[in-house]
Amino acid sequence: MRVPYSWLREHCDPGIGAAELGERLAMTGTEVERVGAVGPPAAEGFVVGRVVSCEKHPDADRLSVCAVDVGEPESRTIVCGAPNVAAGQAVPVALPGATLPGGAKLGEAKLRGVKSEGMILSAAELEIAEDATGIMVLDDGAAPGTALTELLPLAEPVLELEVTPNRVDCFGVYGVAREVHAVTAAPLGPEPWAEDAPAEGEGEASDYASVTVEVPDLCPRFTARVFTDVKIGPSPPWLQARLSAAGQRPINNVVDITNYAMLLTAQPLHAFDLDKVPDGALTVRTAAEGEKMTTLDGVERALDAETVLVCDRDGPSGIAGIMGGQVSEVSEDTTRLLLEVANWNGTNILRTSRLLGLRSEASSRFEKQLHPALCLRAQRVASRLLVELCGARLAPGTIDVSAGEPEASRVRLRAGRVGALLGMTVERGDQVAYLERLGFGVESDGEDVIAVVPPDRHYDVTREADLIEEVARIHGLDGRLPSTLPAVRQAGGLSRAQRLRRRAEDAMRDLGFDEVVGWSFTDPGEAARLRLAADDARAAGVEISNPLSEDQSVMRTTLLGSLLDAAQRNLARGAERIALFESGRAYLSAPGGGGQPVEGPTGAGADRAIDPLAGRFAGERPPPFAEPHRLGCLAAGPLAPESWRGEGSVADFFALKGALEGVAARLGVELGFDPATEPFLHPGRAARVSAGGVEAGWIGEIHPLVCREWDLPDAAGFEVDLAPLVAAATAGAEVFEDLTTFPAVRQDLAVVVPVEVSAARVRAAVLAGGGELLRSAEVFDLYEGEQLGGGRKSLALRLEFGAADRTLTDEEVAGLRRAIAAKLEQIGGALRE
Amino acid sequence: MTLERIEEIEAEATAAIEAASGTAELEQMRVRYLGRKAELTTILRGIADLPESERGRIGAGANRTRKALEELLERRAAELDEAELEQRLASDRVDVTLPGAPPRPAGHLHLITRTTRRIEDVMAGLGYRVMEGPEIEHDYYNFTALNHPPGHPARMLQDTFYVQSHPDLLLRTHTSPVQVRAMEAQPPPIFIVVPGKVYRRDSDATHSPMFHQVEGLAIGEGITLADLKGTLEELLRALFGERREIRMRPHFFPFTEPSVEVDVSCFQCEGSGELAGGERCNLCKGQGWIEILGAGMMDPNVLGFVAANGYDPERVQGFAFGVGIERIAMLRHGVPDLRRFFDNDVRMLEQFA
Repeated sequence: MRVPYSWLREHCDPGIGAAELGERLAMTGTEVERVGAVGPPAAEGFVVGRVVSCEKHPDADRLSVCAVDVGEPESRTIVCGAPNVAAGQAVPVALPGATLPGGAKLGEAKLRGVKSEGMILSAAELEIAEDATGIMVLDDGAAPGTALTELLPLAEPVLELEVTPNRVDCFGVYGVAREVHAVTAAPLGPEPWAEDAPAEGEGEASDYASVTVEVPDLCPRFTARVFTDVKIGPSPPWLQARLSAAGQRPINNVVDITNYAMLLTAQPLHAFDLDKVPDGALTVRTAAEGEKMTTLDGVERALDAETVLVCDRDGPSGIAGIMGGQVSEVSEDTTRLLLEVANWNGTNILRTSRLLGLRSEASSRFEKQLHPALCLRAQRVASRLLVELCGARLAPGTIDVSAGEPEASRVRLRAGRVGALLGMTVERGDQVAYLERLGFGVESDGEDVIAVVPPDRHYDVTREADLIEEVARIHGLDGRLPSTLPAVRQAGGLSRAQRLRRRAEDAMRDLGFDEVVGWSFTDPGEAARLRLAADDARAAGVEISNPLSEDQSVMRTTLLGSLLDAAQRNLARGAERIALFESGRAYLSAPGGGGQPVEGPTGAGADRAIDPLAGRFAGERPPPFAEPHRLGCLAAGPLAPESWRGEGSVADFFALKGALEGVAARLGVELGFDPATEPFLHPGRAARVSAGGVEAGWIGEIHPLVCREWDLPDAAGFEVDLAPLVAAATAGAEVFEDLTTFPAVRQDLAVVVPVEVSAARVRAAVLAGGGELLRSAEVFDLYEGEQLGGGRKSLALRLEFGAADRTLTDEEVAGLRRAIAAKLEQIGGALRE
Repeated sequence: MTLERIEEIEAEATAAIEAASGTAELEQMRVRYLGRKAELTTILRGIADLPESERGRIGAGANRTRKALEELLERRAAELDEAELEQRLASDRVDVTLPGAPPRPAGHLHLITRTTRRIEDVMAGLGYRVMEGPEIEHDYYNFTALNHPPGHPARMLQDTFYVQSHPDLLLRTHTSPVQVRAMEAQPPPIFIVVPGKVYRRDSDATHSPMFHQVEGLAIGEGITLADLKGTLEELLRALFGERREIRMRPHFFPFTEPSVEVDVSCFQCEGSGELAGGERCNLCKGQGWIEILGAGMMDPNVLGFVAANGYDPERVQGFAFGVGIERIAMLRHGVPDLRRFFDNDVRMLEQFA
């Protein structure tokens, strides 16, 4: 909402500069985007001139060489290209050094050989009206050399307000003036609709026109007035200047007046050429499904059954509250007007405007729900101007089809409530003064105050809290509100799961990985590039119905895609190695359900332990989709950089497994790794990861075909749900074990097994054979060579035996080794040496 | 005769051992004078065959000589060892200007994570607990229960992503739906902060379709707007420095009443709007204040949705605030463009330790 300051001051003059007023408004709840200006940024160098003589330019047909008196001893020579310049005219002149709108500084110039010592201006060049066809001719009377600001608004400040949806009153200049009155206590001028136009036309409005409203719930009020003897023409300069400053293009006097009345009262209006409305009969109805009409902007639009139309006998002539149609548009030949001022259902207007993708000054006001009382205000303002400026005669009477105005609401403000909510005292007398300045009627009921809400605020102020807000903002918070802290009687902090998530993230960082934050949405083609089959649940992510672009139209079901994207971009930028991780969510539809919400228990009785990592959140309605929190990792190239001492370790399966085990160790979890396949992983270098027996995710080397899709060299990664890791974590719950003073016996053991026997099985057999006295058994070497014979491999394990209460004897350890050997034999293994 | 010979041997051996220039030569001397075939060894071995009268004298002399030579050998061995070590070390030189062996490179947390944690920790210190909620949310929690009735224009303040063929499901446009979820689950008093991703259908240098917020909620008896101010002062001073002031400008949000926008005094120009050189402060655009977050007193209508769980608007009241994490991070670290956070360019990630 652009509010020209001169217009505002006509209704309430706070006696301070526009910038200072902007500041005051911003501190009391009216958002001021900026205080701008129309026209030249400064008034210096703009004066009234009188054209003393005007002759053709010797070398240019279209140019005139004028002698212009600008109040100096000698008249100036000014070359002018306007067709309408003539001797004797009073004209606006810019002298060299003046700054033109847009910021250009005027200098002296030679035009076709003739020096020009200034510029005679058009209204458009001054940004006060649209007319660019010729220079602006001023009224006689002002002496040459008079500062132009005395006649015209130059450097006119404009307050650009961001009107919040609750403040429909500030969509009108008079509403803003009331706000200025409330904030500054400067006097407020009379309501501009206080006086109506004289109704001197023939007959009655109802002789010319009739209105039928079929949908009173969607059209609570429809008023119409009729004007005859209308003379269409341009608006006077003051009106054009005001509209231009307010950001509206002047069109003709009738359209300009409807716009002006809207800008003043917040209530939109629409003028019909009455002679193009057969019998003057209008009907308000909803459209038939698929019904079409062409709006004023020349676009044919298909409508639905909830769209409200204003129709004449032949069909729709406008979409109610949004845009008129071409059939009964006001034109140069119009002599009789039907002026519609109606009230519409805001929700319906909003819906239709979004459905059609069509917003207008009118719809942006109607959609916020105007009060029906505003209709007659706008009728009165517009009627007076039509009579004054267009020579129109107003037919007596107003057609008024109304479902009845809502009763004014009366809201109680209890004594003490202001202080109790704000934590500061506002004197009762001040409370009353603020409310009265805002236009509320105020009555007393004992200590309490009863506020009668004016129509402009009917839908905004309905409760005590709303009144407290009004009092608070006019009183002002800055510098008045004390700072206190609430009594928080609980220990704050993170839950254990949240702490362990941080620990896992820190572990990844400490292991040398950089954290990324990937997009939650991805492109629908990602699933195929990850080689996921069409029936894989992960290929059916939750779809967005109105994405910004196709490549952000599906919610990710894996972190791998965004990690691959980040790796690809970094490699393209010249990175030599990739070591990335992400801690974030995947979004899963129901198993096999293809984007369908997850069914879950509802209601307060739903017994679900809150676990944000598992996507189990507080609230009576379960989350629509599963949102597990995951830790994902992707690495390519050497994990440590090469140096003169040799190559760094390569990011392969075991490098990443080591990293994941490192994370698990910091949580106090032992992970399980079982051979598995994933479409996006190397089939022989992939594993399923489990924690505490619960499946947690995958680890492996990325399939070369997937790497190729993302232009990556060999890469490896993992992705695990954090919830099972945290569930199995012992971190923070460890119990002290007595430190034994009896020395451990450390021995190595080499075992030859068939190659298909996994290290995990060998280790399990060793642990089983060793029993309680075998404290640990770790694989530290692998050998596969000719001398073992085909199909066999040798694993070396480091064993540690020990007892809490004694030193083990050689005989005891030998016995344990025999037991281990027996267990190994069962899986086809034999001890070496 | 033999005794004299023994003395000769000792003199000769002593000279030779003293003259040995290395441990290898010393070993040769040891073999020559004390080895199995050495003359002294032969003498000692032959003592038993000597006449009894000579046996004691010769035996004692030979043994004394052997002992002396052994001691000498030991001393010389130590000397020569040390000398040789010195020599070896002297020749064992490295180029100390070569680079050190690279440690595994340090990793980095994302700036969003770091900023979120900082805010969580400050609020935790004030007694708040951290809650989370779903990002794909019911319209009910995102709008309706936050006092945005269907068809209300306030819904249009935030352009919303919806779920295909489920018009009642959406990507949450703020972290505020978790307020309602939390109040459904826990009766008052409640003091929580809610970090997380949020989504709005908007994309340019200052808008990203995905970004992060932290929500704060405090509901109980007698919690006032002044309490909100004190709490935000603590938070914003922790983030931007102890000398910061805050100011509240009344504003409109559907789920708070009164609502305020909160500015923090500019930490670059100390709120003066001017830099040391006199030019206009670019951070606050000469205003002295930086708009930082939105807040307000919880609207009674919102409490009405959870009244059954003890949130009677006549009995309890409180505040809520929401702050953009990227905005805080941009201000604290001078990041110029919101989109940088989601580029995941390691050259940026590695700037923040």
